[in-house]
Amino acid sequence: MTRTRPHSRGLPLLSSATAATVVAALSLAFFYAPLDRDQGVIQKIFYIHVPLAIVSLCGFIAGGVMAIRHLRTGDRSWDMRSYVAIHLSIVFAVGTLVTGSIWAKASWGHWWVWSEPVLVSFLIVFLLYCCYQPLRFSIEDPERQARYASVFAVTAGAFVPVNFLAVRLATQHVHPRVLSQSGSLPGPMLLTFLVSLAGVALLWATLWKLELSLKSSRMSLKRLRARLEAPDEVEAPVPEVAVR
Amino acid sequence: MTTTATPSERKIASVPPGLWRAATALLRKDFAHEVRTRQTVPAMALFSVTVFVLFHFGLARDTISGSLASGVLWVTLLLAAVVGVTRLFAAERDGGAGEGLLLAPIDRTAIYLAKASALLLYLALLEVVALPAFALLLAPGLGDGLPELIATLALADVGIAAIGALVAGLAAEARAREAIVPLMLLPLLVPVLIAAANASRPLLETHSHAAGLAKWLGLIGLYDVVFVLVSVALFDYLLED
Amino acid sequence: MTTVLASASGHYVAAAYVVFVALILLYLVIIAVRAQRTERELRELSALAEKRPR
Repeated sequence: MTRTRPHSRGLPLLSSATAATVVAALSLAFFYAPLDRDQGVIQKIFYIHVPLAIVSLCGFIAGGVMAIRHLRTGDRSWDMRSYVAIHLSIVFAVGTLVTGSIWAKASWGHWWVWSEPVLVSFLIVFLLYCCYQPLRFSIEDPERQARYASVFAVTAGAFVPVNFLAVRLATQHVHPRVLSQSGSLPGPMLLTFLVSLAGVALLWATLWKLELSLKSSRMSLKRLRARLEAPDEVEAPVPEVAVR
Repeated sequence: MTTTATPSERKIASVPPGLWRAATALLRKDFAHEVRTRQTVPAMALFSVTVFVLFHFGLARDTISGSLASGVLWVTLLLAAVVGVTRLFAAERDGGAGEGLLLAPIDRTAIYLAKASALLLYLALLEVVALPAFALLLAPGLGDGLPELIATLALADVGIAAIGALVAGLAAEARAREAIVPLMLLPLLVPVLIAAANASRPLLETHSHAAGLAKWLGLIGLYDVVFVLVSVALFDYLLED
Repeated sequence: MTTVLASASGHYVAAAYVVFVALILLYLVIIAVRAQRTERELRELSALAEKRPR
């Protein structure tokens, strides 16, 4: 199917905005935000860990919403959007886990702590979404693959908030939480955090658009190749291609 | 419907009448198949008893109580549930009845309801065997908190059955089915495990008492509602041609 | 700021941000490889289109 608007439209503007915001966030984090009283410089990881977590979670849920659109309309481009969203959020989830682990090591001396609900929830969510690609590629028929992947994406998207609630309840009575800011953030820290969040969110959006643009170009190329390699007389049926 | 029907009866009647009939018919067929071939429930039950024995040797303990007992019990039940889910669509696959099922003019939702109810039934039967076995082998103090434990089991079973039937449908046509079912199902069941294990922990202690039960049962209830709705809505898109 | 960053805990902060940058750059490398593959396919298809009788 041909889109009326290419995916790459608006990409230069978006990536410039991303670059500017990320640079601003980094500058604010290291030159403007005050040093935390309790944790010192270690607290600065907060400005990269928490935005990664939030954007990753929203990305998973967005992937679920796009999957709903795909199921309801049957339009495969929504499946592609959902696939890229989930794919990208998995990468951001890995980033969340690694930065969280570094923060745990710096704060507690252990590379992993079970007392941090965000970290634990992310581990479970990550393990679940690791099934997404294997599930996709174990189904050969492209149309069915897209449909089943969307069902999984919606289920997993619904699972994310429930899981967070459950883990939060489970760790409530164990340790006081350290990896998040207790109480309200003072002004400069809040500003830095918001700019960091915006930067990571814009980064997600840019990478999403970029990958979508590349993927859809490749699929168009595959279709073009099929058309060109077909004999002249017969109008070859356009073969279904699976999202890869 | 007669005019003397209660509001709830009228609401149930407004659902297409074929749905319940179809679901019950399918459930009866599945159950008859299970009784005849005895493949799923005995496997689940035997598996759970075996795992209890493994835990005895692995933990080097004669009796366990409290959080250890709660953990062993629920992890074993979840793993046995995986066995059941993997086999849920086996009858259709092996007998080639899969296409027949799809060609019949029944709502996909009826298939889901039948499969989920079947799984619920299998889990209940599993627990009838597994619980006494658990009490016998590892946790003689089981009997004290029994009513609350049964309530927890019942609620958890609903959630496991709901999500298990959906995962079974998702994995039904996948190539590496046996590998992918546990990988998909177990993370999805973590909230149930968390709530059920925490609810059972005080019940299985040497002086059993119920603590914070409402909170944990509430969490399982929430999980059940969310995932029954999600599964019913999504199952229509599976098994299509 | 630099003296604080040079301390042991500063290393952890730096490591976290380095991980973040590394992930992004890794993604970029993958995209670059794919872009190259796409261009090659485009070249092949253009050649194919040339060969067809118009």
